[in-house]
Amino acid sequence: MAVISSTKNLEALSLTFVAEFDAAVDRVWEIWQDPRQLERWWGPPTWPATFEDHDFVAGGTASYYMTGPDGEKARGWWRFTAVDAPNRLEFDDGFADDRGEPVAEMGTTHAVVTLEHAGDGRTRMTVHSIFESEDQLEKMLEMGMEEGLKEAMSQIDGILAEQRRP
Amino acid sequence: MVVDQGSAPDIDKVFQALADSTRRDIVSRVATSEFSVSGLASLYAMSFAAVQKHVAVLERASLVTKEKRGREQIVRGNHEGLAKARSLLDGYEALWRQRAGLIVDLLNEKQA
Repeated sequence: MAVISSTKNLEALSLTFVAEFDAAVDRVWEIWQDPRQLERWWGPPTWPATFEDHDFVAGGTASYYMTGPDGEKARGWWRFTAVDAPNRLEFDDGFADDRGEPVAEMGTTHAVVTLEHAGDGRTRMTVHSIFESEDQLEKMLEMGMEEGLKEAMSQIDGILAEQRRP
Repeated sequence: MVVDQGSAPDIDKVFQALADSTRRDIVSRVATSEFSVSGLASLYAMSFAAVQKHVAVLERASLVTKEKRGREQIVRGNHEGLAKARSLLDGYEALWRQRAGLIVDLLNEKQA
């Protein structure tokens, strides 16, 4: 079982996700560092990600797009704010327009990733994500929803329908 | 339950509302049972008017609802106010679970 814990803070709109992998810290660092490996897991299978740029240094940026089932593209960007190999990575993540320009009004997600030895050659990865707005989170979830996500979204629709009632 | 004039809770208002310790305390108290504004006022070393103001901020953020009952104003937690944030974060957690599964596949493959 890879997932250790998942902690939500509703007030701060944040998620702390902890997983353990049966691989060394250096090896797990590679899945963030190498864009070809990152592409294998960042996007859901129905919305695979393609990283066009991946300047993996503090102050560097990445640009990527995710391709939906009908060929539609959703663009995004990262800005690395800390890259301390192989233990810590921080970046801002936001949406971009068709030309790859950041869409400021959607807000950004700040992510802090830490990798630690967990004994027996295992690595514990903690990802702390803070969202600026519900809209941003909602839009992110529209891409590549699997069954579990669909269920969560229909729950939201139900709440919104209830709220819209006069 | 009617939350407000038909818009989803505004997260900025929620953040602002929860930035104050008295207001956070009010939210946690009214989440489990209802209180009158005067009942709440008796809990804090501040005036009725000050507590009423705090309640109004929470009400605007859709975190509580206020209802007149006789001469009292009854304050209740508005669970829908935070329900959207919860469902969205549930969805995001599901996304990370899926990513963790894909990472496991990737790591296994490279080791082989």
